[in-house]
Amino acid sequence: MEKRVVFRSAWLPYLLVAPQIAITVVFFFWPAVQAVWYSFLLQDAFGLKTQFVGLQNFVALFNDPHYLQSFKITALFSVLVAGSGIVISLLLAAMADRVIRGALAYKTLLIWPYAVAPAIAGVLWAFMFAPSIGIVTYALKKMGVDWNWVVNGDQAMLLVVIAAVWNQISYNFLFFLAGLQSIPKSLIEAAAIDGAGPVRRFGSIVLPLLSPTTFFLLVINIVYAFFATFGVIDATTQGGPAGATQILVYKVFYDGVKAGDLGGSSAQSVVLMFIVITLTVIQFRFIERRVQY
Amino acid sequence: MKRKAIAAALLGAGLITLGSAQAATEIQWWHSMGGALGERVKAIAEKFNASQKDYTVVPVYKGSYPVSMTAAIAAFRAKNPPHIVQVYEVGTATMMAAKGAIVPVAKVMKDSGEKFDPKAYLPTVTGYYTDLKGNMLSLPFNSSTALFYINKDAFKKAGLEPVAPKTWKELRAVAEKLKAAGQACVYTTSWPSWVHVENFSAWHNVPIGTKQNGMGGFDTVFEFNSPLHVRHIQMLADMAKQGLFVYAGRTSQGDAKFAGGECAMFTGSASAIGGIKKAGKVDWSVNFLPYHDDVKGAPQNSIIGGASLWVMAGKPKGDYTGVAKFLGFLSLPETQVEWHTGTGYVPITLAAYEQTRASGFYDKNPGFDMAVKQLTLHNPTANSKGLRFGNFVQIRDIIKEELEAAFSGKKDAKAALDDAVKRGNDTLRKFQAANK
Amino acid sequence: MVENRPWLNFFAHAVLILGAVVIAFPLYVAFVASTLPYEQIVAVPMPLMPGDRLLENYGQVLLHGSTKGSGAAVSRMLFNSMVMALVIPFGKITISIISAFAIVYFRFPLRNFFFWMIFVTLMLPVEVRIIPTFQVIADLGMLNTYAGLTLPLIASATATFLFRQFFMTVPDELAEAARIDGAGPMRFFWDVVLPLSKTTMAALFVIQFIYGWNQYLWPLLITSEESMYTSVIGIARMIVGGDAATEWHLVMSTALLAMLPPALVVLLMQKWFVKGLVETEK
Repeated sequence: MEKRVVFRSAWLPYLLVAPQIAITVVFFFWPAVQAVWYSFLLQDAFGLKTQFVGLQNFVALFNDPHYLQSFKITALFSVLVAGSGIVISLLLAAMADRVIRGALAYKTLLIWPYAVAPAIAGVLWAFMFAPSIGIVTYALKKMGVDWNWVVNGDQAMLLVVIAAVWNQISYNFLFFLAGLQSIPKSLIEAAAIDGAGPVRRFGSIVLPLLSPTTFFLLVINIVYAFFATFGVIDATTQGGPAGATQILVYKVFYDGVKAGDLGGSSAQSVVLMFIVITLTVIQFRFIERRVQY
Repeated sequence: MKRKAIAAALLGAGLITLGSAQAATEIQWWHSMGGALGERVKAIAEKFNASQKDYTVVPVYKGSYPVSMTAAIAAFRAKNPPHIVQVYEVGTATMMAAKGAIVPVAKVMKDSGEKFDPKAYLPTVTGYYTDLKGNMLSLPFNSSTALFYINKDAFKKAGLEPVAPKTWKELRAVAEKLKAAGQACVYTTSWPSWVHVENFSAWHNVPIGTKQNGMGGFDTVFEFNSPLHVRHIQMLADMAKQGLFVYAGRTSQGDAKFAGGECAMFTGSASAIGGIKKAGKVDWSVNFLPYHDDVKGAPQNSIIGGASLWVMAGKPKGDYTGVAKFLGFLSLPETQVEWHTGTGYVPITLAAYEQTRASGFYDKNPGFDMAVKQLTLHNPTANSKGLRFGNFVQIRDIIKEELEAAFSGKKDAKAALDDAVKRGNDTLRKFQAANK
Repeated sequence: MVENRPWLNFFAHAVLILGAVVIAFPLYVAFVASTLPYEQIVAVPMPLMPGDRLLENYGQVLLHGSTKGSGAAVSRMLFNSMVMALVIPFGKITISIISAFAIVYFRFPLRNFFFWMIFVTLMLPVEVRIIPTFQVIADLGMLNTYAGLTLPLIASATATFLFRQFFMTVPDELAEAARIDGAGPMRFFWDVVLPLSKTTMAALFVIQFIYGWNQYLWPLLITSEESMYTSVIGIARMIVGGDAATEWHLVMSTALLAMLPPALVVLLMQKWFVKGLVETEK
């Protein structure tokens, strides 16, 4: 797709793209190249002594059972966040699509969590689930549940999943709602005349028509769980207990910033870059050909 | 263009007048003392600034220990470090290895001719921050140790004599009675690694690692998976399972659980006293750490925790005279007595300790001398002088992770400690390689 | 509605009400906590009716911050958040619209190359290049500065694509007419392209306002001075010493203050927000 009508200038287009390109080069490309370079180095925290160690950082990484564990945790976390987020939002969107009275009010009440920063979402839920003072903890204890996510890894995972899903519901909801509203009413009506009940109609017509949206949201939610949930984790469990919520991004941050391990952290960055590239390719290859070039 | 030149000239003139008004040399001091402790730090700096005209110490709160340490390292890499930075004890080996980034305190004092007698300091405190040749590398600032607290009210309610159990065996027996009497949280702890691995080892006179707990060189390996360590951690894990021990978290989370009256027994820092007093909710006593009485040589002495002040390199030469003067001021008995009695941290000089005792402060405030007493119970051995492991910031987190695995029943104590030792050794080797 | 099934309608309303209540519950608890004194929150269970400390708690955090953790005033943090929330969308829209304009309306060597360069940034979120980006900022002396907080975040592939897509739909006749009138490219940009892009810009602005306000990892990395904290960072810094020691009344007051501006933007500009979200697809 190209414009037929174009302007001509030897310098103007360069001037126009210059700011974007400058920022891209300085803050994206240069650091990315540096990350690759650093991943071959071993350096002390102060940067006083540097050695080239080849692939040693990568070897150490993949021999570290806790790094591999972090992959599993990230996968579990993403599946839980994406899966439950999508199911809940689809249910809400299907209901919101059905009601006429109060539709706008419901929509408004369901979309505001999008405005909440992931870190704050984490803090809100951590407060309600706080082991000694939380209001939900209190209710759970009354019901005989021993709730202490500070030491129980499964509970910690549950907490961060709840906070992350809560934060992401609005987004999924809006896309499902838009998807539902774009389904031609005539299709539904035809099925209804054929005698199909609402549940069957949903299963045989609505769901298949929504599958592109669902697949798109699946990828977006996985990307969200991989990266944007950093705030949720950092403000609540900080990867604990016993590494039960240490997702890959959190480990990069921890090793690089808190532990001052430049090489190890950069090697993880490089691995993550591969993951993002794969996800981006999937997103563009299979979902939406936004970029037709 | 012209307007710009005028603006520049005006700005320049402004800077000059500002500069001349500020004749005293500024000394940046980054610290991690929030809240009430931060006020104390400010007061110390103000007192020093009022005592002379040539230097102005500017204390800056930089956030928690790891945050301010990271900030100092980043500032060094960006070539603009502060003069003095407060670093917590686990960062000691990292700072020490950074030759070229730091200036040893002994050298700062010597170069400026400031009066300095290393023997005046408490050996268990300075031992932690001194190299094998006896040079003090950083100045201990806030030092505490792990102590054992009990809630007397809870004891009485359970029909028990309000006296702290001396051994772990006794503690466990008491714990069962408290539990039977309906106490929901019987025992908790802050700083699990510091209390139950580091101090535990020193207190029982067993090594944490080879080479005098790492003080003898970078090629040290961990040894805290001995049968004694395993037995202790297994005991805690069993207690957790029985509901006798509630895990509170990786740092000082246990403090509030005890101060609020939730838990009947608690091990944590000596500096928790302030918070417990301020909350004023429980009738408490502070005691020596419990020990296993079948271990020969226990109890030995405990080790310190807290932070010390490091002098960073790369500042104008003249500034270091001011730094030395300030460090000298900090070591004065008067400064130390005020700090000690105001915060609960131990004094760093013998003179300050004696002066506090002579003033009758300990009689009026029982418990404030408990830390010093426990630290100096016996002459420190190679196992109880302190520890010095590279990358210990990470290693302590590894230990905490593995302890969490043990306490939650995911692993047995042996497996958890073996894994902690293995992962810890890997991290030590990395440090050794990076600092060749 | 295809047919009328009362029980189904009832069910739909029930699900939606339940959903809205569950979603709102944390907010309600936070609000209640922000109106209580500390002692009432730590006395389990905390009351679920608002207390009378609203003004004191909010006044305390706005002017003095918390007393135990970070003592930085939240008003200053809100200002910093606002700087990020305004500068980032403004910068993003500006540089994206002009680069998209160049790519669509000009033919020049390296055009494809530039386009791909911008595209690739999608694959390099801050999270995967934490340390080196920090190092770049440190080398440029931009730690603890507004430039450091905002500049690296204004490059945007999605915004550029969005404008590019939009320009593709602008009829060629308009550019043709402008050229015949003798108008240069910038004249055309100002008089035709910019006014036509208003809707897209508004939608983007709303989304990016929230994006900028809610940044966490980036300010966490490059700010170490309290005066440069944003409100989201400030909250995390107030949580110290475990759940019973944290001054939750102040944390929750701050959390509500930090949620308010983006929430208002979402609610008041709902139309733009939905449009921006669904069209930009992040």
